[in-house]
Amino acid sequence: MAAEAAPKLTRKDFVADQDVRWCPGCGDYSILANVQRVMPELGVPRENIVFISGIGCSSRFPYYMNTYGFHTIHGRAPAFATGAKTANPDLSVWVVTGDGDGLSIGGNHLLHTIRRNLDIQILLFNNRVYGLTKGQYSPTSELGMKTKSSPFGSIDHPIDPISFALGCGATFVARTIDVDAPHLQQVLRRAHQHKGTSFVEILQNCPVFNDGVFSEVEDRKTRSESALVLEQGQPLTFGSAGSLKGIVMQNGLPQIIELADDDDPVERGVVVHDERQEMPSYASALATLKRPDFPVPVGVIREVEKPCYEEMLVDQVNAATEQNGRGDLRDLLNSGDTWEVS
Amino acid sequence: MTTKSILKIDDVAIRFAGDSGDGMQLTGTKFTDETALAGNDLSTYPDFPAEIRAPAGTMAGVSGYQIHFSSKDIHTPADKVDLLVAFNPAALRANVADVRSQGMVIINGEAFTKKALVRAGYAEDPLPDLATRFNLVEIPLTSLNREALQGLALSQREVDRCKNFFALGLLCWLYQRPMKATERWLNGKFKGDVREGNLRTLRSGHAFGETTELFPTHYSIPSAKIEAGTYRNITGNTALAWGIVAAGEQMNNPVFLGAYPITPASEVLHEVARHRNFGVKTFQAEDEIAAASATIGAAFAGQLAVTISSGPGFILKQEAIGLAVMVELPLVAINVQRAGPATGSPTKTEQGDLLAAIFGRHSQSPVPVLAPASPGDCFHTVLEAFKIAVDFMTPVVVLSDGYLANSAEPWQIPDIKSLPRKPVSFAKADDADNFQPYSRNSETLARPWAIPGTPGLEHRIGGLTKEDISGNIVYGPENHQHMVNLRAEKIARIATVIPPIEVEGPDSGALLVIGWGGTRGAITAAIEETREKGREVSQAHLRHLNPFPSNLGDVLKRFDNILCPELNEGQLSMLLRSRYLVDVQPFSKIAGQPFKVSEIFERIDTILNQKD
Ligand code: SF4
Repeated sequence: MAAEAAPKLTRKDFVADQDVRWCPGCGDYSILANVQRVMPELGVPRENIVFISGIGCSSRFPYYMNTYGFHTIHGRAPAFATGAKTANPDLSVWVVTGDGDGLSIGGNHLLHTIRRNLDIQILLFNNRVYGLTKGQYSPTSELGMKTKSSPFGSIDHPIDPISFALGCGATFVARTIDVDAPHLQQVLRRAHQHKGTSFVEILQNCPVFNDGVFSEVEDRKTRSESALVLEQGQPLTFGSAGSLKGIVMQNGLPQIIELADDDDPVERGVVVHDERQEMPSYASALATLKRPDFPVPVGVIREVEKPCYEEMLVDQVNAATEQNGRGDLRDLLNSGDTWEVS
Repeated sequence: MTTKSILKIDDVAIRFAGDSGDGMQLTGTKFTDETALAGNDLSTYPDFPAEIRAPAGTMAGVSGYQIHFSSKDIHTPADKVDLLVAFNPAALRANVADVRSQGMVIINGEAFTKKALVRAGYAEDPLPDLATRFNLVEIPLTSLNREALQGLALSQREVDRCKNFFALGLLCWLYQRPMKATERWLNGKFKGDVREGNLRTLRSGHAFGETTELFPTHYSIPSAKIEAGTYRNITGNTALAWGIVAAGEQMNNPVFLGAYPITPASEVLHEVARHRNFGVKTFQAEDEIAAASATIGAAFAGQLAVTISSGPGFILKQEAIGLAVMVELPLVAINVQRAGPATGSPTKTEQGDLLAAIFGRHSQSPVPVLAPASPGDCFHTVLEAFKIAVDFMTPVVVLSDGYLANSAEPWQIPDIKSLPRKPVSFAKADDADNFQPYSRNSETLARPWAIPGTPGLEHRIGGLTKEDISGNIVYGPENHQHMVNLRAEKIARIATVIPPIEVEGPDSGALLVIGWGGTRGAITAAIEETREKGREVSQAHLRHLNPFPSNLGDVLKRFDNILCPELNEGQLSMLLRSRYLVDVQPFSKIAGQPFKVSEIFERIDTILNQKD
């Protein structure tokens, strides 16, 4: 019997019938639109897609996606996702979290989920502030940031999500920007293609509590100077014609050099991007590049292969069944020493 | 060689005690296996320290294993023992108070050095005094064992480690136990000289009993008259694990167990993890919260989901259980209760988490709560918990305890055909046109279980207040009240599917003793003793703590006095008093130990005397 070709889905098929309740101008709108746009291209039946979130502004995301969705408890979305993916490895599971949800209350789950390398996508919307609780400093807020809970400035050293993920042994690490639609979509596609846990930091503007925190990279006019767009096999260059620059390594430390328009960057020693290096040291060095001294790397920082948790678990189930036969309850209850009473 | 006399007796309790490195738990379980095969009814009580290897020879490191066996029906490990085997002075000091007057105390005489006495905290040699109060038997256990193992390629340490099997062999002779199960186990477990050494010392111990002048008599305990069937020994933890595996088989759906290691619940994770060939998936999470969360994620994706923990770990799961209440997903959360608060005494028992299970989440968050009454009952309770969870789309809490977890009893292996069998059913793609995530079954009020992967049923669930039927987020006051009432009503309706409480004994009268969970054995034994003295008393034991059986209020009102023994400060008493306005008398014990039969017996006696 010929299978009926499934009707091709469009962006609209992924729009839920709920009113979106983010503040006007929130970066989350752009992320939502781009995720909805990418979904039909992935070739995954809609019923197999699951969005799982914790608590926070970003975590309202599943309500707006016309897929299966689960809005859970603060910080624990990666653990819920672990259960769902382990239960049914055919599902395409997307975790949506934020800097507070993922790195503060849920830091432990993020760590262990990444390290287990389940084949899921984790999108961390980083706006460097607590939005839903009305503007306290978050684990990614800069030192000195003044908020209602830090009237004299934050005295917490911030954590960098990319360095964190690399430290957890992530097999896919990328960074992108809420308003850069083509780049965001490209990174989402790559994250989905990757087999293993894909960790994506999305720089996201919160116009209410931390407006403009990423304006240099969000603004098209300043993006070329302030963002380092990573492409596999391409030299690490940034800036525009007339003010091109490149990243070189000197004594193991990244340095910026000026490039003439007709320079061959590779000949000048500019580092060629290789996301597939097994050793995480290169990716970790990239993660240290920060404004204002360096441009912010965006794109796929690292992609390597490792076995996935849920597959290894299924393999164990299959191996045990092959070795001992399918379990039989009567045999189990009667195993070991038994005796008859008549 | 003289022929020794055999004395027929009905009832014996013995205890092995030594360092936690002496193999006391193993010796106890092997003796238990032999006793089961001899056809006695039995009940065991392992009591061991939380420390893995506390300093040798100290009181902190003493590990004990008690077994009560009989030709009659018994319910507890016994208050006092007839025989104590003490491997060192600390083991003697920690346990001798539990030996009945003129009972037998066997010690390894060679372990009673001056230094060892001091380590155990004895200021002077206790043996002369003990010899007047007990039948004290000193045997040179260390050298007898060494002699038996001469010529084997074992180090001195390896040789000395076998000596528990010498003692086991001796006890098997003393009580005429077969040794077949132990020999079979040793043959399967060890190889070469280690196997040979253990087997040899076991047999030497037996032969020593036969030849030594120290024991003029040995004993025979006729087999007990128990219901016909196939039996095995089972501990509560094994029964929980097998109940979990059985649920997958009986409900025809894969099981997911998420857990984080914690005493005394970890063994359940270990046991279930062995049975991957049943298709069960076990997940050792990074913490208790992740264990509960992953389990609920698995339930969302359609697995029979269960998480297991003990006291402190269970409390960490409460927020996640509250979410499962809110999104109405089936989940079984098992708490093997232990003595607290905080870390408390991890290996000791308590029933302190009843109110926490019923009320311990924020706001109005009703869940059904069940408690098994015996080790074997853990199996059936887990099966029932899964059935309620799936039928009513709700998390269900099961309260076991440290005593049930480690105690063993003979268990009649159920006929698989007699077990409830009901395959789970999910909402189907054909229902897509009418599908609403919070539509209700008119009888149970359960919502449909619609799992990812089903075309057309895509929907969102979450912790926010929602509208019934559609599941849309709505914050209005009337809707909020409605949903609170609805969830409460759903749990209350479970009372229509659970059996009424049965009263054992007269169904009205002077005194009803009501309990719940792992205290049933002690209460039953105390009641039997009371009746033997010619007095009437009734018993009821609750398996369903929330909701209560529908006839419970009527039953309570028919008695002049109600006594409620609990290993907590009166939590069930409080519930019964407030719910039914009856004068329940709490009887509390919070010592990390189960009730002694005599404690309950005396309390019953006092109440009946006041009445007379
Ligand atoms: S508070 Fe900030 S992050 Fe939250 S919805 Fe409003 S703009 Fe977006």
